[in-house]
Amino acid sequence: MKTYAYDLLVNDKRIDGRAMDEYRKISIKRGIIHNAEGSAVCTMGSTKIIAGVKMETGTPFADTLDEGNLVVNAEFTPLSSPDFEAGPPGEDATELARIVDRGIRESETVDFKKLCIAPGEKVWMMNVDIHIINHDGDLIDCAFLAAMAALADTKIPKYVDEKIVRGDYQSKLELLHAPVEVTVCKVAEKFLLDPDKAEEDAVEVKLTIAVREDDNICALQKQGAKDVSIDDIKRMVETAIAKSKELRKLLK
Amino acid sequence: MAKTNDKLIVNGKRLDGRAFGDMRPITMRINAVDNADGSAQVSFGNTEAIVAVYGPRKLFPRFLQENDRGIMRYRYNMAPFSCTDRIRPGSSRRGTEISKTSRLAFEPVAFLNDFPTTVVDVFTEILQADGSTRVTGINAASMAIAVAGVPMRDLVAACSVGKIQGQLIVDLNGIEDNNSEADVAVAMMPTKDRVTLLQMDGVLTKDELFTLLGKARENCMRIYDMQKAAIKNSFKQNQDAEAAVEADNGEMQ
Repeated sequence: MKTYAYDLLVNDKRIDGRAMDEYRKISIKRGIIHNAEGSAVCTMGSTKIIAGVKMETGTPFADTLDEGNLVVNAEFTPLSSPDFEAGPPGEDATELARIVDRGIRESETVDFKKLCIAPGEKVWMMNVDIHIINHDGDLIDCAFLAAMAALADTKIPKYVDEKIVRGDYQSKLELLHAPVEVTVCKVAEKFLLDPDKAEEDAVEVKLTIAVREDDNICALQKQGAKDVSIDDIKRMVETAIAKSKELRKLLK
Repeated sequence: MAKTNDKLIVNGKRLDGRAFGDMRPITMRINAVDNADGSAQVSFGNTEAIVAVYGPRKLFPRFLQENDRGIMRYRYNMAPFSCTDRIRPGSSRRGTEISKTSRLAFEPVAFLNDFPTTVVDVFTEILQADGSTRVTGINAASMAIAVAGVPMRDLVAACSVGKIQGQLIVDLNGIEDNNSEADVAVAMMPTKDRVTLLQMDGVLTKDELFTLLGKARENCMRIYDMQKAAIKNSFKQNQDAEAAVEADNGEMQ
């Protein structure tokens, strides 16, 4: 759509004067919800997302009897945007949750075998719930940082006599890798990172790329109702790899 | 489906005897659902998808209508009997996501602006799943949308590529998919050389990814040729049937 944001972007300009590949100010704070086993809030400009990890026990899946489970869920709360309504997760919330899920799972960040309590019977189910507090664009990148920060904050509760002892912990959750997700956006022939809501509305194609600390790519998802060339995809992947180092520092 | 520790590659061949760059046998059929405005059935090996397209048709309730364009709805659904374990009917998170990305694979392609206030409904049913179901569905949907008479910039051809036990392969089957180091789904407008769907799971280096994208492009081109032939052939069959009817009528007179 030809909006103010569009006119600026096609001339390599941003509404707030940032460089095209510059993120807004990002701040991450861990341990904000004491009742959660792990939590974090990530703000990116005025986009604000809380991720909370709750550990529950359950039965393992039939094909992974000695492994715990990860469930990522996202809620686009109606308080976070005039565009969101209450109700079950819609298409966009489901997609976001699954992209975050894949970034964590496919990067092999969590050793699910260590989340097994009794093989075939009882395993830890790790619920990562992503709660949007304010939507001002680039939800996926922000949600992923929040989720990774929350996982880094996660402690596994003690499990005694088949009961979870809340508030008493046996160990920290070990993270084997440090993936981040970078969403590279394209409008006309311009590429940009971290669009705010007005810019995001002008964006035509987005590619979310999960990059591990060894520069391997562990998830991809194209979004947006426009097509893109393979050369563009290569360029977007290169951009994401370069930028991922910067984002990863914020998780240290 | 179960994970396996068994070898997926024996003597340089995959378990079903394919070389790394081989696709499974592909069948394509137009007009698989009589009621639909356009329909198709496609199989890649044991993976089988049937697609019906209805529309462009008036969209109700009216508040959903767009005055300057038509909209597309895309439903990807796995039949309960399509997998080894029964799939519980109803919406799933996986299905919701695939439906969305598949719809976005067609939105850049179909000229929906020509049909304000309408909807094009694309219903994909996976009858049998053995890996690469979303791309099989997209290949069928592409033909069904074309046959329904929706103008398109190009057909959409899709294929999966990935990595198993260190080797880069195309067209993953079920066991390869479940045990892959990475799988990538790609849909393209082949003659325009533009990507409309791209999803990846697993771990790949940048160079491996770029190599796989090249392989995906080659295969999409092959699939595209088959789609085109199937569509042409179906119209030819219609013509032949009509000619036969006319010939019969001629004899009666």
